[in-house]
Amino acid sequence: MNSLSRRKFLKISGATVVTAAALAGSAKTIVNAAESFSKKKGLEIIPSYCDLCFWKCGLLAYVKDGELWKVEGNPKDPLSNGRLCPRGTGGVGAHTDKERLKSPLIRKSERGEEKWVEVTWNEAFDYIAEKMNKLKINYGPESMALFSHGIGGSFFKHMMRAYGSPNETAPSFAQCRGPREVGFELTFGDVVGSPERTDIENAKCIVLIGSHLGENMHNTQVQEFSKAVENHASIIVVDPRFSVAASKAKYYLPIKPGTDIALLLAWMSVIVNEKLYDVDYISKYGTGYEQFTAEVSQYTPEWAYIETGIDPEVIRETAREMARYKPATLVHPGRHATWYGDDAQRSRAIALLNALLGSWGRKGGFYVPYSYSIPKYPYAPYPELKKEPLDNPNGKYPFATGEQISTGIREATITGKPYPIKGWFIYATNLIQALPNREETIKAIQNLDLMVVVDVIPSEIAGWADVVLPESVYLERYDDLNASPFREGFVGIRQPVIDAPNDQKPNWWMAKKLGEKLGLGAYFPWKNVEEYLDTRLKLKGHSLEELKKEGIIKGESQPIFFEDGVEPEFLTPSGKIEFYSNQLADAGFDPIPRFTKHPEPPSGYFRLLFGRAPVHTFSKTQSNPLLRDLFSENELWVNADLAERYGLKSGDKIKLKNQDGVVSDPIKVKATERIRQDCVYMVHGFGQKSRQLRSTYKKGASDAELVTQYKTDPLMGGTGMSVNFVTFEMEV
Amino acid sequence: MPRYGMVIDTRKCVGCQDCVIACKTENNIPEGYNRDWIVTESHGKFPDIQMEIRTERCNHCSETPCVSCCPTGASHIHDVGGVVLVTHEMCIGCKACVEACPYDARYIHPDGYADKCTFCVHRVEKGEKPACVSVCPTYCMHFGDLDDPNSEVSKLLQSRKWHVNLPDAGTKPNIFYLV
Ligand code: SF4
Ligand code: SF4
Ligand code: SF4
Repeated sequence: MNSLSRRKFLKISGATVVTAAALAGSAKTIVNAAESFSKKKGLEIIPSYCDLCFWKCGLLAYVKDGELWKVEGNPKDPLSNGRLCPRGTGGVGAHTDKERLKSPLIRKSERGEEKWVEVTWNEAFDYIAEKMNKLKINYGPESMALFSHGIGGSFFKHMMRAYGSPNETAPSFAQCRGPREVGFELTFGDVVGSPERTDIENAKCIVLIGSHLGENMHNTQVQEFSKAVENHASIIVVDPRFSVAASKAKYYLPIKPGTDIALLLAWMSVIVNEKLYDVDYISKYGTGYEQFTAEVSQYTPEWAYIETGIDPEVIRETAREMARYKPATLVHPGRHATWYGDDAQRSRAIALLNALLGSWGRKGGFYVPYSYSIPKYPYAPYPELKKEPLDNPNGKYPFATGEQISTGIREATITGKPYPIKGWFIYATNLIQALPNREETIKAIQNLDLMVVVDVIPSEIAGWADVVLPESVYLERYDDLNASPFREGFVGIRQPVIDAPNDQKPNWWMAKKLGEKLGLGAYFPWKNVEEYLDTRLKLKGHSLEELKKEGIIKGESQPIFFEDGVEPEFLTPSGKIEFYSNQLADAGFDPIPRFTKHPEPPSGYFRLLFGRAPVHTFSKTQSNPLLRDLFSENELWVNADLAERYGLKSGDKIKLKNQDGVVSDPIKVKATERIRQDCVYMVHGFGQKSRQLRSTYKKGASDAELVTQYKTDPLMGGTGMSVNFVTFEMEV
Repeated sequence: MPRYGMVIDTRKCVGCQDCVIACKTENNIPEGYNRDWIVTESHGKFPDIQMEIRTERCNHCSETPCVSCCPTGASHIHDVGGVVLVTHEMCIGCKACVEACPYDARYIHPDGYADKCTFCVHRVEKGEKPACVSVCPTYCMHFGDLDDPNSEVSKLLQSRKWHVNLPDAGTKPNIFYLV
């Protein structure tokens, strides 16, 4: 929300009923949890790690007289450095949200009608176990699929493997960063990973292509970006929208959507033709450079201008700027990369540009992360899988390795091929907003014999479930250990700081109880999660007690750059950086990225773009009272001249109709100079239609609802979603 | 005696509102109200745009129309740091100060008193920084003694270009924006 003056703010929120922030009384004690917090007097400060997004920042929770007061960053934690992002700071609201799920629910009418019977945990587990056992007999255990997001899914993954299903996925691959990982792995033999291995803070030149750091609040990245700004790093922003990052940039390139590969090729041609690349680095570590140069040298800035609309001189100047600061030039790989269906190749072009600049493995480019790995729990071996995962039959998408394709599982659920999927177990991911083409998702759901949703709020996907299991929020539970690969090795703990207000339970407890009902008790030999965590930590010479104290244990620091002694290693088939990819050529793809034109919006239509706001994560946080208070509905960014042509002013409500005739809920116009005329933009995650979540019901519009078209990436099955066009419907 | 103030680097601020949320939880601000807020100002025609993002709050001015207009003495200048405060118990909620403040920095709390930023004086007196300053993920806010020429804030003002909000209002604000 821009220009949020106090009066305007008061007016906007005038309709909200004012309530005290803290939820009073009625705290039940968690069965099986070791402690209860409700009676403690005085101030307690308890370390844990955040779950408002997947970044997992270390936090300190302040609990005053048994009530949650505030959440701050844990200064010992390398991800947060003692400062959380706005969502993390608003984490208190996840606990106090009055619209949370309170008890287990079983559906009592048609799917999607959101009519429920409240049941006990025992009844819920009996219901699920009976269905899962039947599915196992009738179709085999592989007929169950797990969709999950975040670390809380870890115990359910274990449960599903113990049950015997290989089908386990998350939208974070095919709907988000999958293409990026594939593009980088094809080039350098390794993925970018999460948290991104980008050395933003030491970069002297940073190139952001559609990546809107600062609106996208991945904490460490934003902190480092700010340091780079402070150090006068040269920032180049490529975006159809004048983002917050663009306002910090030396060069802003207002690119025509869908043409990024053309720009990347032209940049590389300038660097190659003017011999601005890192000669030593390429000769030492690269292969296929001759073929690569022969091909990319043809892409002149003049050629790219026709596609991208970017002045050829600016293309030259920015290419030289990148070269000037090499190898401390970071062409940021972005995160949400599923745009146009050629995203793995675009990401590979980004990887290649970094390779030319010699930034992979170098200070100010990409560091070599390492993780303080904690041994796994010594479980008995899982039952042998009888079938392969079905997300990618016959390796249709040859480079979809490592993770499964969520939309592939959805497709198999619709077609029943290569074998039937009859049950979905969904943990903490609102597939209604996360997957493209809602109709297909609902069609798949209608084919199921069982659909279970575990969530903290009655999300839209929960509305379609047969059984809904209410989870305690992160501040009320233990989770698995966080040992993310980072600049330094560390392990962090998530531990409860306060009781759940009602009958919500932690995921580990659900997985264990349900596992036992399924006859998988042998796979849950631990009494409770503390025992599980302590066992893992003891295998590394630590203990739960030790980790609980400060929340973080750090490993010894090690060099993270080639120049500091890290042995360069490229796990590609050639063992080198592959400027020319035989892997791609052999599979029938372009061994060097090429530009292909994408369809453009017909007259009167605009490309629908979407992104993030700093105070929200996907569609998970819209009901959080602290975050909702600052951002309760999204707006449609419309170029000011375009708006004028349509007689639209900021604040006017319109609907959007897409190329397939799907009409959105009403959304307020934001007429602004900060966007091109051929596209419109909104923050993702709004326009929710869960009737149980009254505070967010039809607040703003849903980009996902308008994403009926998607373009599948032939390399890895990612779903390019920025391929939808919308027109304005004035009648609201 | 110190004169507390803030120096805020608009080059670094990303407008994320973390400072707003941190203030709300630190000071238990009720839903629908806030003591600090973000202003985004942009000028120019696409794609040639200049933009400044500012986090704003009470300027703890040196000339205080909000104090002089107060009929009860609730609105006052604290004996440490020149911090402008409201004694809730003495406030009758007459809104004179809300009207007098040219920055729109005050609001009437649902409990009936005028409320606004306190520079988190309860933290400052313990040697901590205000909540907004401590949370900011871009480290763009600096707090300290403007009368001490060696303080971080004074040094920043000496070395960088800055502006204040509504310099013509005659209030001598103590929040400075680096450009
Ligand atoms: S980036 Fe923000 S929401 Fe994500 S884990 Fe960190 S503090 Fe929490
Ligand atoms: S927390 Fe910092 S970066 Fe975010 S809006 Fe406030 S001042 Fe700006
Ligand atoms: S900003 Fe307003 S409320 Fe604050 S001291 Fe100045 S005049 Fe008074």
